Amino acid sequence: MEADERLAAILAAHAGVEGPLLPILHEVQRVFGCVTPAAQRAIAGALNLSRAEVHGVVSFYHDFTEQAEARPCVELCRAEACQARGVEALVAAAEAAAGSRVKLATVYCLGLCSVGPSARVGDALYARLDAAGLVKLVEEA
Amino acid sequence: MTQVHTPRVRISDDSLALALGADALAAAFAAAGAEVERTSSWGMHWLEPLVEVDGMGFGPAGPGDVAAILAGSSPLAIGRIADHPFIRPQQRLTFARAGRTRPLSLADYQATGGWQGLARARAMSGAEVIAEVTQSGLRGRGGAGFPAGIKWKTVHDAPVSPAHPRKYVVCNADEGDSGTFADRMLMEGDPYQLIEGLAIAAHAVGAQAAYIYTRSEYPHAIAKLRAAIALAADIIAPLHMEVRAGAGAYVCGEETALLNSIEGKRGVVRAKPPLPALEGLFGCPTVVNNVLTIAAIPHIMAEGGAAEYAALGVDRSLGTKPIQLAGNIRHGGLYETAFGISLHDLVYTIGGGTASGRPVKAVQVGGPLGAYLAPDQFAIPFDYEAYARADALIGHGGVVVFDDSADMGALARFAMAFCAAESCGKCTPCRIGSTRGVELIDRIRAGEPVLDAVGALPQMHNAAKAPRGRAENIALLEELCETMQFGSLCALGGFAPYPVRSALKHWPEDFGA
Repeated sequence: MEADERLAAILAAHAGVEGPLLPILHEVQRVFGCVTPAAQRAIAGALNLSRAEVHGVVSFYHDFTEQAEARPCVELCRAEACQARGVEALVAAAEAAAGSRVKLATVYCLGLCSVGPSARVGDALYARLDAAGLVKLVEEA
Repeated sequence: MTQVHTPRVRISDDSLALALGADALAAAFAAAGAEVERTSSWGMHWLEPLVEVDGMGFGPAGPGDVAAILAGSSPLAIGRIADHPFIRPQQRLTFARAGRTRPLSLADYQATGGWQGLARARAMSGAEVIAEVTQSGLRGRGGAGFPAGIKWKTVHDAPVSPAHPRKYVVCNADEGDSGTFADRMLMEGDPYQLIEGLAIAAHAVGAQAAYIYTRSEYPHAIAKLRAAIALAADIIAPLHMEVRAGAGAYVCGEETALLNSIEGKRGVVRAKPPLPALEGLFGCPTVVNNVLTIAAIPHIMAEGGAAEYAALGVDRSLGTKPIQLAGNIRHGGLYETAFGISLHDLVYTIGGGTASGRPVKAVQVGGPLGAYLAPDQFAIPFDYEAYARADALIGHGGVVVFDDSADMGALARFAMAFCAAESCGKCTPCRIGSTRGVELIDRIRAGEPVLDAVGALPQMHNAAKAPRGRAENIALLEELCETMQFGSLCALGGFAPYPVRSALKHWPEDFGA
């Protein structure tokens, strides 16, 4: 299916949904890996919103991006509870392992606060990470 | 006739257990010929993945331990789980099913008293249900502690207009605070209880639709809830219930930002009034309650539940509170008990001190916006008012322990930096104040008096022309904190000063003193 058709199918699937913008953006981000300006224009047209309104929402939320990320992404929790369990001491090794091949992102809390440091790759979760475990995770991402 | 005994093994499918390899462990047991049941988590996180064989526990287990566990010779044995010293003293009402049932099994839910509260509520009028919720003394578990019954009554009594003809119930499951995971455990482990609570709330206030707004960081909770809602659709009909996923904005845990987000807008905080109870989702009267508030409802609405609930707790903090022990703690996990327990008991007696074995330096209660408490304050009872008197908050009940290697100045800076990153930008104290706060803490910690580059410009007539000293910078930080605390629109800017001020007060040496 062409990209335009897939976008149209997503929009059609959300007809009649109350407050459809976030569910649509989630689906577009999942399918295309980003919400491009062209997609924003199409979504704005379908929902009778201005492009500025849609762009404002896309730029507000961390989950939505205008450009697709080609690299695999490892999200490392660096919130207080993981700090208390020593995550900051692992960051340098993880960054070195990631280099330019893997995107090492920070997330604030995965809800695994009693068994940190923890990380997420896609929907897979990892906890009780030490330096070696985290480096292995980054290398295999 | 002889039967071959197939051992029945229970392993949690909570995402914390999954993060520690529970799926591989379950597969290993299945390969060894055991019948594996996936249940919710008991909440003893240091023992996860925890294996239960005929009531006896083994943990933390890996695939290499399977043979020894099945042979009954594993050194990981902890005895009968229900009698474990971490479990036995708890008063589990909201988490009564934790570890005991399969999350998506309607049969398990029904067999453990499920849907009784809803059936009883449906036989009553909305006002009668609200009277019982009020009688129970239940207060909002999200942090603010507002009486649930009064909020429900406001929505119940609110008129609907032709422009806003509906009423809504919204469950705030945007559990963004570090150190909290009770909402996640409940959504993953006992989703029907939340669904039943929402159905009761909708019946009580006359709402037609219910939304559960949770975080995109909780994919397992979202999947479990969606599956559970589909399976329970006939039971809760005609109520429409839906899960909405956030998109990585911490501030959407604030109820008005959350409502904007469901409506498809930027997660910007609204000024109050109007209260969401009168003008909430799409301008309609809306109940917004935390997961733990809603999940307490089925128990309260069961026969005699309200009186039983009100008999627990202390002072005006009634019922039980699921407390989350996290961070650098030996026995981390979920501990539900009546209000009034001391921080000392939580950290040392129950939590076993730090995981690192070093002395406890500080405990942060209530998430990133909660105060840091020093060991000499640990006698404080877990109670909304007692914490307020100590310039602290219990928030969502997260307890994060730090050992003596923690740098409290760095953590204070982190609180301001986090506020700056997550501010919705609507009000000035939060948007600008948090950034200025980071700069001020940096200047205080640097020790060297530095003249502010902008302040030094000739056109800045009123700015100080000499660099401020340490005492002046600290006074300025205190003043900034006060402005943020009393001038911000919501709790993000309003509470960010709590960790900063408490750290500065108890550990001035970490600010370069």
